Amino acid sequence: MKEQQHHPPFWAQRFIEWYCKPELAEDLIGDLNEYFERNVQTIGPFRAKLIYIIDALKFLRSYTIQRPKFANLFINWIMIRSYIKTAGRNVMRNKLFSSINIVGLAISMSVGLLLIAFVLDLHSYDRFHKNGERIYRITNILTSNNEQSSKFASTSIKTGRLIRQKVTGIEDVTIVRDFSQDAKVGDNILPVKGYWAEPSLFRIFTFPMLEGNQDKALKDPYSIVLTETTARKLFGNESALGKAIQFDTLTYQVTGVMKDVPFFSHINFEALVSLSTAEQLNKSDRNFEKWTNMGLNYVYLLLSQNTNMAAIQSQLNVIAKEENLAQENSRIQLELLPLYEIVVGENLRDMRGSVQVHMPPVMLWILGGLALVVILSACFNYTNLSIARAMRRFKEVGIRKAIGAGKSQIRQQFLTEAILISLASLILSFFIFLVLRPQLIDLAPEMQRTVKLEITSSMIVTFVIFSVTVGVIAGFMPAIFFSKISAINALRNVSSVKVYKHITLRRALVVIQYTFTLIFITTTAIGYVQYKNILAFDLGFNTENILNINMQGNKPDALLKELSEIPEVTALSRSLIITSVGNAWGGYMKYKDSHDSVLVLTNNVDENYLTLHDYKLIAGGNFMAHPTTTAAASEVIVNQQVLKRFNIANNNSEEAIGEEITFSNAQGHGRKMTIVGVMKDFHYGKVNNLIEPVAFMPWTPEDRTIINAKIKSTDMLATMAKIESTWKKIDRIHPFQAEFYEEAIEDAYSEFSSMIKIIGFLSFLAISIASMGLFGMVVFTTETRLKEISIRKVMGASSSNLIYLLSRDFLLLLSISALIALPVTYFFFKNVILTNFPYHTPVQIAELFVGLLTVLFIAFIMIGSQTMKAARSNPAKILKSE
Amino acid sequence: MKGTNLGEFEELVLLTVVALMEEAYSVAICDELSNLTGRSIKLGVVHAVLNRLEEKGLVKSELGEATKTRGGKRKRFYQLTIPGKAALVHAKSMRDQLWDRIPLLVWEKV
Repeated sequence: MKEQQHHPPFWAQRFIEWYCKPELAEDLIGDLNEYFERNVQTIGPFRAKLIYIIDALKFLRSYTIQRPKFANLFINWIMIRSYIKTAGRNVMRNKLFSSINIVGLAISMSVGLLLIAFVLDLHSYDRFHKNGERIYRITNILTSNNEQSSKFASTSIKTGRLIRQKVTGIEDVTIVRDFSQDAKVGDNILPVKGYWAEPSLFRIFTFPMLEGNQDKALKDPYSIVLTETTARKLFGNESALGKAIQFDTLTYQVTGVMKDVPFFSHINFEALVSLSTAEQLNKSDRNFEKWTNMGLNYVYLLLSQNTNMAAIQSQLNVIAKEENLAQENSRIQLELLPLYEIVVGENLRDMRGSVQVHMPPVMLWILGGLALVVILSACFNYTNLSIARAMRRFKEVGIRKAIGAGKSQIRQQFLTEAILISLASLILSFFIFLVLRPQLIDLAPEMQRTVKLEITSSMIVTFVIFSVTVGVIAGFMPAIFFSKISAINALRNVSSVKVYKHITLRRALVVIQYTFTLIFITTTAIGYVQYKNILAFDLGFNTENILNINMQGNKPDALLKELSEIPEVTALSRSLIITSVGNAWGGYMKYKDSHDSVLVLTNNVDENYLTLHDYKLIAGGNFMAHPTTTAAASEVIVNQQVLKRFNIANNNSEEAIGEEITFSNAQGHGRKMTIVGVMKDFHYGKVNNLIEPVAFMPWTPEDRTIINAKIKSTDMLATMAKIESTWKKIDRIHPFQAEFYEEAIEDAYSEFSSMIKIIGFLSFLAISIASMGLFGMVVFTTETRLKEISIRKVMGASSSNLIYLLSRDFLLLLSISALIALPVTYFFFKNVILTNFPYHTPVQIAELFVGLLTVLFIAFIMIGSQTMKAARSNPAKILKSE
Repeated sequence: MKGTNLGEFEELVLLTVVALMEEAYSVAICDELSNLTGRSIKLGVVHAVLNRLEEKGLVKSELGEATKTRGGKRKRFYQLTIPGKAALVHAKSMRDQLWDRIPLLVWEKV
């Protein structure tokens, strides 16, 4: 008899009933049942069930599936209209709850809309190329000196050449190389950024030509193709074709005018110059075509119709292997990157720094997760309020069921209602979206370059789908809940129905909601404090009131002379780069052991630099010689880390003076240099980098220059204007580029500030939504307990007793949330985020609790105001109304 | 539809339906075939074939009485129709003709 207790899985049976034609279903299920009974006997209940499920799926065939009936759809439509009508009435009847739901959903959905618009924009990049699916870019993976390998978006010209010669299965290859010079037409001078490029560029990419021949335009040396806008800037309304442009001392001929590069293109340029020119100019430079010269060139491939990536990849591997044989201490691997994965894809290094539009998918997932939390919070509100207020609608559901509504129809009704509310919210949230859009775009300069967030038809469709999804999520629980009500119970006596059965669910939802809200707000608080600490961080030198002026290729002497005459400028120095904001320069240093070479970060500075920035010298002195070429520079000032790393003079700073080291970088190999000074360690990199070996070398007139001007002024604006007018005397073409050191540091951490702004905004939304939900719940509870309150009052309870009674529950839930949220946030920061910042300040208690206090305060006001109202009401009036 | 031409498996199923007489329902047919051929015949296959045969009009079916086994579900019993019979006879006679054509001498040489 025991075997009879086993039943086939119920849901599998339901599944067959759902998909199978009714006339076939009965005997089919019967057959499966018979097999099941047999299998239970022979191979045991577990495997029998498994087989049953598999069979249920296997019978899903064309001849068993029932076709949807037209009549059903028609009846559904009539019913849906009725649902819409009742939903509308219900919305109007409970204005408070409806507005809480609609506003909450609208606020949260606007975040979703922004994210959708953002993602859609990112995914529309490069889609205008006709052959886009077959275009790939070469990625270089460089491993040097057994360090960790890093991936570069750029590659060498040689790579492009070798691919053209050796690789089969590709239709075309094109090499582009960065180009940036000042164009001169008559008196008109315009800085032009673009690429050295080959004719094949036009065959691979879709850049329509307005004038000129696409196939020949980039063939001959000294040809240039302008975009429409550039052509207009240089030549006005005249036709540019055939005209001459001067770059430096050379004359180029305009061989074509093309349409402007679309906004959503990962490559962007103002002009294209024939690569054959660059080849002629660099004829004598052996480095130009070197395998390792990979800083400025990009290679794109167009694969043939039916070749696959793997076939090309193996050919690339062969090329790389051959070329690497000749390399001593570096290896380069080649890899293909699909065009559509350039913008949203892996993080690649690029010499052009932040110019590139790029978004790692991980970032999108994080933002999506955060938005989802906010949206779910609003959905929880809906669920909570609907279920809490279920009592009022029991009779309606009971009657519907009594006159023949099935479970699925009740479900449909409540889902329709939720979807309707969420569509109403969509309209509101669309307006919020329009308001927030410019804020988001202005959040960071990168944003302006990356996205437009313009409304397109596909965006609208996505919005509507999104809103319906949100409606389904919000209405799912109430729909299930109401469909389970039995008609008899609902009609017999409302109070006998177990309304409080679902109280645990509601409590759980509130706890989840508040936990996330608290995590958000605490994260904002901690993040903000840490960010401020980073900005105020003691870098080991002084950055106060120092203006860094980028010479942009001009010789600094003239400007230095002019600046020294301005009284507000108290000190001046020259340097190659600005440190501590993420810039780096460097080379390999060796001490006595010729096999031990170490990457040392450097900056080239003049003799005034150290005093101007208050660097602390531990031993030795400043630079004495004034070398005029890099090769002649022989003095070096190092930090303590260098001594430690090489163990120079047993780490004794005084004795290290006069020691000799060898230094190699791009400017020269194996230069002998003498240590003339040792400075205290300072932060050369950003605060998230450890202090590493650093050396200062003398600045020479060969170097690019940044002038550091210490300014002491009461009227900063006037001083700046004075300096800018001085700049105009020196360079009339390039706009003045100067920034205070402290601003530069702020910019360097701008991603943190944008992140804090985003999370701060989300936490504000989360608080508002959670508070609205809480408010709704409080209003509901006090309303339903009004009689109880009145009786208690008559019996002699004081107002404070009553407030305690009513708020006890909510406060308990909030405490549970706090107990979860605060430790989670604390450990998240301590063990995940702040481990990336070796010099961080520990998280303080104050930051942890400021969020909790805010939330508690808001909750208290809402609970207090409602319960006060209830507690103050006249019990006689309420009890009389029965 | 390919008319009354029978596939090999269809023919087997059809014959089993006849052979089982009053007890011809899917599981029984499946068991019978499994015993006969010595390999396990999947229910899904038999079910699909029976369905196809019914569509072609070679068998007809009706639901039996409800029983306590099978979770209370009724069985569907199959019966041969006149076109079904014709198809079987046709298939048999076609085979017989071919058999008759083979001279005994050739047969024994193989």
